[in-house]
Amino acid sequence: RSSDLKHPAPKAKMVHWTAEEKAAIHSVWKQVDVEKDGQETLSRVLITYPWTQRYFSSFGDLSNAAAICNNPKVKAHGKKVLAALGGAAQHLDNIKSTLAHLSELHADTLHVDPENFKLLGQCLVIVLARKLGAAFTPEVHGAWEKFVAVSCAALSKHYN
Amino acid sequence: MTLTDAEKAAVLSLWRKVSGNLEALGAEALERLFSAYPQTKSYFSQFDVSHGSADLRYHGAKILGAIGEAALHLDDFNLALSKLSELHAYNLRVEPVHFQLISHAVQTVLAAHYPEEFTPETHAAWDKYLAAVSAFLTIKYR
Repeated sequence: RSSDLKHPAPKAKMVHWTAEEKAAIHSVWKQVDVEKDGQETLSRVLITYPWTQRYFSSFGDLSNAAAICNNPKVKAHGKKVLAALGGAAQHLDNIKSTLAHLSELHADTLHVDPENFKLLGQCLVIVLARKLGAAFTPEVHGAWEKFVAVSCAALSKHYN
Repeated sequence: MTLTDAEKAAVLSLWRKVSGNLEALGAEALERLFSAYPQTKSYFSQFDVSHGSADLRYHGAKILGAIGEAALHLDDFNLALSKLSELHAYNLRVEPVHFQLISHAVQTVLAAHYPEEFTPETHAAWDKYLAAVSAFLTIKYR
């Protein structure tokens, strides 16, 4: 109709996921242990990139790898982080709004540099590769990197 | 960026296991790199990048071999990497950030194949080591 041509509906900017990518993300997510894998992921971030400990000065003993791996606050926080990513994995077509409140929190209150989201994403991929081995094929890995990148972008949205 | 004795030991011990399987592991690192970061394919337009191709096995082995050679010269990368440093600066001009991408791909291969060995400490040592190699390979960029 002519009225449609005058006022076309705004295009929704959605991430396009292939069926294979969605299947890969969901099948990996099913095998995630939010508590154990969250703890390992955050521990690896704090150990591999020690400057990130700056954001966790209230967490107590982070003085060496063993202390970090056994730290109960690291464990609790790792679980929280991975649970939030799980929320995004369940809403692949809506990651931006799913993570919007966390984007605000990280930008306005926590003041975490978005670079750190990438570092955590990399450590999560390492944890998944260790856990799943050959099942974490290059294709599945690629889908998961895309998921991590989209989630990082969503978390960075509110910064500027 | 200097590696501690413990970090050097972690790099070398895992390298010894990798060194017997350079083609398969190197090909897989490149496959993962291309799958996770498609922009990296720009350097390989003439390659057969299909799974397990001869190109991937040959070139992957070359890359891992160079990483291993550098591991045997941790106190002076010049001995192992000076020609490669010039190659990357004047000839290949690989995007500086792509070194981080391939480093992550290599570490993912290590994690997938050597989960027991790739402890948090070993992971940290390898990440630091590959960052040092990358820094050396880009040292002549400008």
